[in-house]
Amino acid sequence: MNVLRETWIVFHRQMRLSLRNPMWSILMLSQPLMYLFLFGPLLKPITAQISQGATTNAYQVFIPGLIVQLGMFGAMFVGFGLIAEYRAGVIEADRVTPASRIALMAGRVLRDVVVLVVQSILLLLAALPLGLRAPWAGVLLSLVIVALLGATFASLSYSVALITKSEDALAPLLNGIAMPLLLLSGILLPMQIGPTWLQRLSDISPLKHVVNGVRALFRGDISSSSSLWGLFWVVLLTVIGLAVGARTFRKESA
Amino acid sequence: MMIEARGLVRTFKTKRGPVQAVQGVDLEVADGEIVGFLGPNGAGKTTTMRMLATLIQPTAGTATVAGCDLAKDPVGVRRRIGYVPQSGSTLPEAIAGDEVVDHARLYGVPKAKAIAEGQRLFEELDLPGLWRRQCKTLSGGQRRRLDIVMGLIHDPKLIFLDEPTTGLDPQARANLWEHIRGLRDRGATIFLTTHYLDEADALCDRILVIDHGKIVASGTPENLKQQVSGDAVRLTIADTAQAPAVMKIVRELEGAVEVGTEDDVVGFRIPRGGSVLPTLLRSIDAQGIELHGVEVHRPTLDDVFLTMTGRSLRDEDANPTEEKKEAAA
Repeated sequence: MNVLRETWIVFHRQMRLSLRNPMWSILMLSQPLMYLFLFGPLLKPITAQISQGATTNAYQVFIPGLIVQLGMFGAMFVGFGLIAEYRAGVIEADRVTPASRIALMAGRVLRDVVVLVVQSILLLLAALPLGLRAPWAGVLLSLVIVALLGATFASLSYSVALITKSEDALAPLLNGIAMPLLLLSGILLPMQIGPTWLQRLSDISPLKHVVNGVRALFRGDISSSSSLWGLFWVVLLTVIGLAVGARTFRKESA
Repeated sequence: MMIEARGLVRTFKTKRGPVQAVQGVDLEVADGEIVGFLGPNGAGKTTTMRMLATLIQPTAGTATVAGCDLAKDPVGVRRRIGYVPQSGSTLPEAIAGDEVVDHARLYGVPKAKAIAEGQRLFEELDLPGLWRRQCKTLSGGQRRRLDIVMGLIHDPKLIFLDEPTTGLDPQARANLWEHIRGLRDRGATIFLTTHYLDEADALCDRILVIDHGKIVASGTPENLKQQVSGDAVRLTIADTAQAPAVMKIVRELEGAVEVGTEDDVVGFRIPRGGSVLPTLLRSIDAQGIELHGVEVHRPTLDDVFLTMTGRSLRDEDANPTEEKKEAAA
């Protein structure tokens, strides 16, 4: 199929560009690594309390939050790269080819997903010597969730970038969304330990359900309602994100 | 006919209400022609070109480009045209050859063929040894030629060039003009925009003058200049006292306008000045008037633009916000 072939060409170009300058991908990983080493140990003495007895392994609680955060924030800012391409005239040059508009987006999103999954695996490996233990199946499913989350946020980020075409507009917009999402999703600490009003408020954030789902997967509760809800929400988010992205890329002035 | 457009209109929405950037453009470009779109910034040149290249949709009007209907078969149009945008088309950090090959592959050109064709074009467009270089290390002229390689890599029969020489030094411009003429010699049709008179004059078989979203004149550079104001003729007289007699002779010439005198010079405008000169000089000689010099100046396209629109092309007084819209669209 042509779309797949064109997606591959776009992906290949983007991957080559990322590999030519791997510093950026490495720098992006330094933030979760700092959380892992400098914040993770603080959770050890209170793990049983914050997980409400579900586990005694601090990293089963903390790593799921970190990889969700990586999937979300890592992908959220890819729009900046697209604006750079737009300024250089690359988007215009792409759009004047007969290639499918979907492929132009999908190839870029695919690159972002690959980078994020590799980063997540590195983060998991770094957590192993610290004491992370989790079942294989749960970890693999969690990586799928991170990939879907990355695809969602990358598509949305590209859409906003194409519409605003300005770093000055993109930066405050993304930060304005990122902060409440981070705080209301229980990424650093599970929301269950908070007061009732904060828990209700956090119910609005689909990401909270995704983080809870990944935590359940890391404990091995693959068929628990938490993990199923997490999967449900991430699939729904992905459908919405890709649909918005595809629509923006198809639109004439994008 | 390579391009046939009827009633193209493009309206942009702005905060102050809709702006008609292009207000009903009809145009035709024949196979193998170099046609130039001449006008000041914001006149609607780029907007019209972007519509013809499928990058924005016309608000109204129809067009057939390279044999495909613009509205019904934009993909067919894209396959057959090359578009060299004003803003460039390669990422500064990327390797020049990689950008060319990836671009070709989006047109369905197989990789091996894309490499061979790309390297051949690098030779042809004077970019030897730059295949593996980062795009940002190329000079301005080299990057423009790289953009042209990007636009030619799938061997299109129609090539759009948007302000091809803007920002280049005179030597690089002259060099690029040679290459553009070379493209036509290969059988391609070229449609370019420019706001340089000398460029339109030097390159184009035919010129369309556009102002405020409308085509105000069209023709070959020669007949545009003729049709407008005629050639400027200056006669330098040996004895200033004879100026009235010379002016009287000049006024009797058919088509002479703007007859005037300043010091020892009598000046006027007349179509095809070169061909009336022999008769004129004989009449002056017959009256025993001695001349020190004769000059004939061909009118410039600036004169054309001035006559058509009442203002100079160099003023570039078009609404700058309109140009911004055009760039942002």
